[in-house]
Amino acid sequence: MHAITVKDLHKNYGEVEALKGINLTVEEGEIFGLIGPDGAGKTSLIRILTSLLFASSGESSVLGLDPAKDHKKLRSVIGYMPGRFSLYQDLTVEENLTLFASLFETTIEENYHLIKDIYGQIEPFKTRRAGALSGGMKQKLALSCAMIHKPEILFLDEPTTGVDPVSRKEFWEMLRKLNDEGLTIFVSTPYMDEANQCNRIALIQEGQIMGVDTPEHITNQFDRPLYAISGTNKFGMMQALKEFEHAHSVFSFGSVIHYSDNRGSIATKEIKDFLQKQGFEDCSIEETQPGIEDTFMALMTAHD
Amino acid sequence: MKRFLAFVQKEVYHILRDKRTLLILFGMPVVMILLFGYAITTEIRDAKIAILDHARDENTQQLKDKILASTYFLLTKELNNEQEIAEVFKDGKTKVVVVFEPNFGKKLQTESSANVQLIADASDPNTANTLVNYLQAIVADYMMEINQNANIPYQISMESRMWYNPELKGVYYFVPGLIAILLMLISAMMTSISIAREKELGTMEVLLTSPMRSGQIIIAKVVPYVILSLVDAVIILLLGKYVFEVPILGSLPLLFMEVLIFILLALSLGILISTVAATQQTALLLSLMALMLPTILLSGFIFPIENMPPPLRVMSNIIPARWFIVIVKSIMLKGSGLDILWQETVILCGFILFFIALSIKKFKIRLE
Amino acid sequence: MTNEKIIEVEQLMKIFGSFHAVDDISFDVKRGEIFGFLGANGAGKTTAMKMLTGLLSPTSGKATVAGFDVYKETEKIKKTIGYMSQKFSLYGDLTVKENIQLFGGIYGLKNKVIKAKMHELLGRLGMENSANALIDSLPLGWKQKLAFSVAMLHDPSIIFLDEPTGGVDPVTRRQFWEMIYETAHNGTTIFVTTHYMDEAEYCDRISMMVDGKIAALGSPDELKKGFNAQNMDEVFVGIAREGKVLK
Repeated sequence: MHAITVKDLHKNYGEVEALKGINLTVEEGEIFGLIGPDGAGKTSLIRILTSLLFASSGESSVLGLDPAKDHKKLRSVIGYMPGRFSLYQDLTVEENLTLFASLFETTIEENYHLIKDIYGQIEPFKTRRAGALSGGMKQKLALSCAMIHKPEILFLDEPTTGVDPVSRKEFWEMLRKLNDEGLTIFVSTPYMDEANQCNRIALIQEGQIMGVDTPEHITNQFDRPLYAISGTNKFGMMQALKEFEHAHSVFSFGSVIHYSDNRGSIATKEIKDFLQKQGFEDCSIEETQPGIEDTFMALMTAHD
Repeated sequence: MKRFLAFVQKEVYHILRDKRTLLILFGMPVVMILLFGYAITTEIRDAKIAILDHARDENTQQLKDKILASTYFLLTKELNNEQEIAEVFKDGKTKVVVVFEPNFGKKLQTESSANVQLIADASDPNTANTLVNYLQAIVADYMMEINQNANIPYQISMESRMWYNPELKGVYYFVPGLIAILLMLISAMMTSISIAREKELGTMEVLLTSPMRSGQIIIAKVVPYVILSLVDAVIILLLGKYVFEVPILGSLPLLFMEVLIFILLALSLGILISTVAATQQTALLLSLMALMLPTILLSGFIFPIENMPPPLRVMSNIIPARWFIVIVKSIMLKGSGLDILWQETVILCGFILFFIALSIKKFKIRLE
Repeated sequence: MTNEKIIEVEQLMKIFGSFHAVDDISFDVKRGEIFGFLGANGAGKTTAMKMLTGLLSPTSGKATVAGFDVYKETEKIKKTIGYMSQKFSLYGDLTVKENIQLFGGIYGLKNKVIKAKMHELLGRLGMENSANALIDSLPLGWKQKLAFSVAMLHDPSIIFLDEPTGGVDPVTRRQFWEMIYETAHNGTTIFVTTHYMDEAEYCDRISMMVDGKIAALGSPDELKKGFNAQNMDEVFVGIAREGKVLK
């Protein structure tokens, strides 16, 4: 049985089409990443799957339950961490956790083993108000609260947005650990670089899925060699490359420029010569491996 | 049940940790009752009165001396006929005219009863009412004095007439109205805001995805407010009784039962508002516009219902506080029981059922 | 870029109650520079930015923006700078044209100038046909570019961008950065906050804030070298590690 199946799911808000026919399946025991920018439809999809919203049309099932009809059963077996920090800021760390344990008719003691690794890190601050925690600690508390009732599947809506890179890394390590113990995790993120933390990912843009696969297979869809160009005047080089007659895509990428050619594989010397002729003397160019973000942008431009 | 109690506990924490909420909950009733109380019962001194004495005998003289001997009244004019009453009122200084009937003393001797008429300028209703109360007390006092050595008790009947505002609302009457308004404010506004806050902060999302039923969430949210509202009602009643000496003639258990019914009603209204308000601000505005203003204006608290134009009078029937004020006034000031007040009570219960049914229909177990 | 300092900050502090939101920071920004202000949510970026834009008075320390004092000359600062944030920039229920007219009016531009600027701006963004569209109906990427152009309407010498690219798709993000480059190229100073570490590489210099303090300051290359790191992510990890040792 699949943990989640979604068939031709649509969601309209008035005239706005937030989801335009989503199809995907999530297997039990995997970390599934939903990757896309704001407004792509990530939150709508998660809310439909967690029974918080009705779809406009289409089918979905979570652990064999229909979120639209079996919401009572469903709500006791899923864990959900919404995008905004949704705990009570005026309650202490421990009071929040106790409350959520009680909501699901369990106790902290009973399921302490589930959250030991996560909650253990913030337990020294258990009498502190949740509102006074740092971003990373808030995240740990929210995850503890979502896990305290031993859910069979965990939904996380942009858990790492706005969190510093160190806390982000730690957070993914925690998810990996939970996953090792068999938990199915459905997580959304706008950060492309987090794709590699997932077993499988779906790239979503403007309510449509552009691809569902393992991160490796997704990047394999990038069907031409990619070159990384660096030099001092990056902005100028980009302008020049865009004017180059064979340029397929030119995107800045951290400290370098990612360039692909519409003839596929090329001699790097040709590009170097072109740039040097334009006055960019100190440029260097080498082939590089495309990442999820390169693929995402390639798919996006292809869709347009 | 444990789940429920944990939720109630959380709600109590919210209230206790928010100083502003606490201030509204407990500061406002005290401030409001003191403000209203003192604004209305200003001490009367040297109020100007006129006397029209048709009898001019020993008894009326004694009574006049007694009235003027107090520090409350100053005589402006002895009148000679009825026409002059309107004239002294017109200059605006004279507040009350005391009229003794012809042959006052003789009637008291022969028939053991005589009449005094008190005519007050009720364009300032609160002062008028206070003055008439004082005068009644003085006349009653005089009656006791002359009855001490009489075989048959003398009767002086007093008739008071309020000119310009016959349906005067007086000093005692603000307490019932204030209870209604404060309970409405605390129960309805606070619950609607607290539910809207959960929506605004996103915690409602998490609650909804838990197995806790929406009914449980709502009941757990209102329980602390029921208790707080009752505490507030007690504060108001105590202040009314001991600071302003408003009597409670009727049964205390009955009064509390009615107060509880009204609290439940206000809470059900608050829940109804929260089902349509997505933010705390909307909840606040809706409570103020939809609850507070009509309660203050149309319940008879400030403006007598009998004086309203017919459309407003009809509208006042759907203001729950209107019925509640009648109930509380009757219990406190007249000592009425349920045998007289059952109709109003039934109406209040009807409101509760209606609002709860509507809230359940409107409450969404999903977002959107 | 010149060597003229357009923003100078010395030991600036902002304390809320007992919380040190901005804790003794010092730095300067040169004219025409793209200065990146990095840090996690709650690190104090927004508070620091509010003080520099004259919205918030510092608790102590010195700071001048375009030569104006942040304590006394906030009105002058506001006239000299442009500001755009991810959360609020344009009115969603007004049209593109109405927004441009409104902000032009707020900055006291003459009607003639507004008209000319509107024409030039819409042409550059390729939005001539959307002049009468409500802002809410536009795609996020357009909104952001428009917001940026509107913030530049009065030709400010410095523009403050508060997480301008948060949650935007990767293509639009890059297009946005190209606009930033172009603007800086024309001599405007850019002060930008972001929590995308790869965007840090696009800045001339960056400062990284942690818990109200500036934990590192320099060009991306200097920082990478200093922390022996491949990319800015690793720089941040390095900073966090050092921070922990120091504590």
